[in-house]
Amino acid sequence: MLKIEHLTKRFGGNAAVNNVSTTVEEGKINAIIGPNGAGKTTFFNLISGVHKPTSGTITYLGRDITTLRTDSVARLGVARTFQATTLFNQASVLDNLIVGHRLRTRANLWDVLVGSNRLREEERVCREKARAALEFVGLSHLEQRMAGDITQEERKRVAFALALSTEPKLVLLDEPAGGVNPEETVGLAELIRKMVKNGLTVCLIEHKMDMIMSLADKILVLSYGEKIAEGTPAEVKANPAVIDAYLGSDHADI
Amino acid sequence: MDIFLQQVLNGLTLGGIYSLVALGLTLVYGILHVPNFAHGAFYMVGAFASFLLMDKLGLNYWLAMLGSAVAVAALAAVAERLVFHPLRHASGLHPMIAAIGLLLFLEAGAQALWGADFQRMSTPYTGIIEMGGVTAPVQRLLIIGAAFTLMLMLHLFLTRTVMGSTIIAMAQNREGASLVGIDANRVAMLTFAVSGVLAAVAATLYAPINLVYPAMGHLVITKAFVIIILGGMGSVPGAIVGGLIIGFAESFGAFYISTDYKDIIAFMALVVILSFRPQGIFKQGAH
Amino acid sequence: MARLHGPLGWALLLAAGLLFPLLARNDYHLTVMSTAYIFALATLGLNLIVGYTGQFNLAHAGFMAIGAYTLGILTVDHQVPFWWAFLAAGAVTALVGWPLGWISLRLKGHYFSIFTMCVGYIIFLVIEKWESLTHGTVGVIGIPAPSGIAGVVSFDTPLSLYYLVFFFLVVGVWAMRRIANSLLGRTFVAIRNGDELAEALGINLMRNKLTAFLISVVYAGWAGALYAGFVRFLGPDLAAVHHTFDMTMYMLVGGLGTLIGPLLGAISVPWITQYLQFLQEYRFIIFGPLLILLVIYMPHGIVGSWLAWRARQASLAAPHNQEQPRA
Repeated sequence: MLKIEHLTKRFGGNAAVNNVSTTVEEGKINAIIGPNGAGKTTFFNLISGVHKPTSGTITYLGRDITTLRTDSVARLGVARTFQATTLFNQASVLDNLIVGHRLRTRANLWDVLVGSNRLREEERVCREKARAALEFVGLSHLEQRMAGDITQEERKRVAFALALSTEPKLVLLDEPAGGVNPEETVGLAELIRKMVKNGLTVCLIEHKMDMIMSLADKILVLSYGEKIAEGTPAEVKANPAVIDAYLGSDHADI
Repeated sequence: MDIFLQQVLNGLTLGGIYSLVALGLTLVYGILHVPNFAHGAFYMVGAFASFLLMDKLGLNYWLAMLGSAVAVAALAAVAERLVFHPLRHASGLHPMIAAIGLLLFLEAGAQALWGADFQRMSTPYTGIIEMGGVTAPVQRLLIIGAAFTLMLMLHLFLTRTVMGSTIIAMAQNREGASLVGIDANRVAMLTFAVSGVLAAVAATLYAPINLVYPAMGHLVITKAFVIIILGGMGSVPGAIVGGLIIGFAESFGAFYISTDYKDIIAFMALVVILSFRPQGIFKQGAH
Repeated sequence: MARLHGPLGWALLLAAGLLFPLLARNDYHLTVMSTAYIFALATLGLNLIVGYTGQFNLAHAGFMAIGAYTLGILTVDHQVPFWWAFLAAGAVTALVGWPLGWISLRLKGHYFSIFTMCVGYIIFLVIEKWESLTHGTVGVIGIPAPSGIAGVVSFDTPLSLYYLVFFFLVVGVWAMRRIANSLLGRTFVAIRNGDELAEALGINLMRNKLTAFLISVVYAGWAGALYAGFVRFLGPDLAAVHHTFDMTMYMLVGGLGTLIGPLLGAISVPWITQYLQFLQEYRFIIFGPLLILLVIYMPHGIVGSWLAWRARQASLAAPHNQEQPRA
C-alpha cells in the first residue's frame, strides 16, 4: 500500500532519517519502534507531507506522493494523529469532530452566505460522520462533554475519531497510547484491531513493547535515523542489532 | 566624496542607535520568546527620564543617562514580574496583547505627565569637528563611540561574567539551564533589566539630535523588530549587523532617494525579504 | 464552537438597537453610538482573523483607512456617486488585501504580527506622503453624505445616519454569524487550535487563511467607507495602529473568538470612555492595565467566560448514555 524507497531527510548537516526503505502492508498493523530520537516522528512527517524529503520516494497506492502537501495527502486517504492532540477545549467533543469530514465537502464562502442546500446537506453529513466515528471509538456518551473535560485516554480516542472521520484508507498513529495506563492501553490496542478489521491499514509509532509485540503484524526498527531491522515481532525481538540499540536505554514502560 | 562620507557618518550614528535598541529586543525575544512590543515604551521612558534628570535636577548628561538606565532597568524588571511572568506558559496571542497593553499604558502615562508635545533635550556637546571635509557634530561622534562601547561591554558581560553566561545558557536550553540550578525567574528579570538599560542609553544618546515625545518609540521599535527578524531572533551579532545595515540604508536612502519615504525603507526591506524567505535571513536556533 | 445566545437574544439586541434613538437624549448620543457601530463592524472583521483563525493582524486599521480613502477620493476628487464609491471601497480593499494576505499568511505567529505591523505602518506612511493622491496630512475634506434612495429616504440627519449604520451592522453581524457557525467557520477554528492537525485533516491552510483574511479586511474597508461618509473628512490618522489596538481592546473585553463578545465590547467601551470624559485622551492609563489583567485572568473576555461557563453547565447536565463496552 505504501512503498518507501531510500528516504532521507537532512536538517542542516544532520540526517534525521537516513536511507530508509520499507513497505506498509495493506490491511495489516505496521509498527515503527526505536529509541528516542530515532527519527520516527520525522518519518511520519515525511509521509504526511509536513517535511519534504532530501531524497527518496514515497509511493501510495501506486501514486508518487513524495512532494505532496499535507492536505493533499490527507485527501488521498492518509490520516494522521499527533502526539499532542489540539482540540478546542471550550467546545463539545462532537463539535470538535464535525470539521473532520470537511475535506470531503465542497461548499465554499458563497454557499455559506446564501445558505445553499449543498451547505446544509454537507453539514448534515459531517455531523453524521462525526457521530459515527465517535460511536466507533466507543465514546458516544461523551458527545456533549466539553473537550477540555475528558481524560487523556478519552482524548486519544477522540483523536482516533477525528482521523476516522476523514474516511481514510491508511491511518498513521503517533504514540496513540502515550500517557495512558496499562489497562487503558489494552483497550486502545483493541480499538486499533477493530479499525483493521473494518478495512483500514494502520501504521503506528509506539514505545510500549508489550502493546507492540502483541498487536503488530510487522515491525520496522529505526535507530539514529536508519533502519536496523524489519520483520515480525518474533524476528525483531531476537535480532541482536535491535537488542543492542535498546541496551542500556530505558526501554518501554510496561 | 565628502557627501558620501557624511552619509557614512550618519549611517553609523543611526546604525549604532538601532543596534542598541535591537539588542535589547533580541535578548528578550531570544530567551523568553516574547516579542516585547513595549520595548519602544522603555525607550521613550528612558528619554524622558534623562530629560527630567537633566532639566529638573540639573544633572549632567552622563549622570542623567546613568540614572535613566537604572530607572528603566527597574521598570523593565517590574514589567517582567507583573506582566510577562504570569503569561510565560500562555499561547502566542496573549503575551503580545499584554505587551501592547503595557505599551499603551506607558505612553498614556507619559502623555498625561508631560503632554503630547515635543520636548527638546539640550545637548552638552554642541561642538563640530571638521575632519577631511566632513562636518562631524560632536554629538554624533559621541553616539557612535558610546553605542559601540556599550555593545562591547555587553559582549564582555555576556561572555565573561557569570551573570551574563546564565543568560546565554538560558537562551540555548531553558530546561538544561534550570537543571544546573539557574533560576529562570531571576534570569528573566535580569534580561529585561539589561534590555531596559540598552533602550534607555540609546534613547538618551539620540534624544539631543531628535525630539522627546510620548510616541517617539513607535518608529524605532518597529524598525528594531525588522532588524531582529532579519538578523535572527536572539542573535547578538545579528542585531548589531542588522542595525548597521538599516542605519546605512536609511541614511543613503534619505539622501539619494527621498527623505519623505526613508522610513519605509526598513519596512520594505522586511516585506521583500520575508516574502522570499519566511524564516528571515539568518535562521536562529532559538526562535 | 461557542454556543450563541440563540434567536431570542439576537432579537432583543435588534430591538434595542432599533429603539435606542428613543432613549438617546440628543444628537450627540446618536453620533457616539453610530461611530461605535462603525468600529463594531470593523472589529467583527478583526475578530474573524484574530479570534477565529488565530492570526493577529496589526494592519487592520490600515485596511479600514484604505476603504475610507477610496470612498473619499472617489467622491471628492472624481465625483463618483456615493454608493458606487462604497462598492469600490470594498473591492479596492480586497484587491490590496489579496497580495498582502498572500505574502503575510506564509508567516506564523509572532512573525505574522510583526510583519502586519510593518504593513500597517507602510499604509500609514504612504497615505501621509502620497499627497497627490491622498492629500497627505491635509486629508480629504467635504466628503458627501451617503446619497439617499430614490428621493424617498435621505441620509443627512444624525437619526437617518444612525439607522443606516445600524442597518449595515445588522447585515454584517448576520453574515458573520452565518460564516462563524458554518463548516467554514469550523475550519477557521480548527486552524487556530492547531494548524498542523488542521492540515492533517485535509484543510488547505493557505486558501482558508486567505479567505478569512479577505473577509476581515473587506469588513474593515466597508466600515472605513461608512466612516468616511459619516464623519465627512479623513486624515492619515485613521490608519494609525492605535485604532487596531482599540479594536483589540473591544475584542478582549467582550471575548475573543465569540460573536457577541466583540460586538458588546465595541459598543460598551466607547460609552465607558464617554462617561469618563476626562479620560478620553488618557484612556489607556486605565485600559492598558485592564488589557493586561484581562489577558492574564480572563483571557476569554467577559462574554467568552460566561459562554464557557454555560457550556460547561450544559455538558454536565446532558443525559449520559450507558458507557459502551470498549472497542
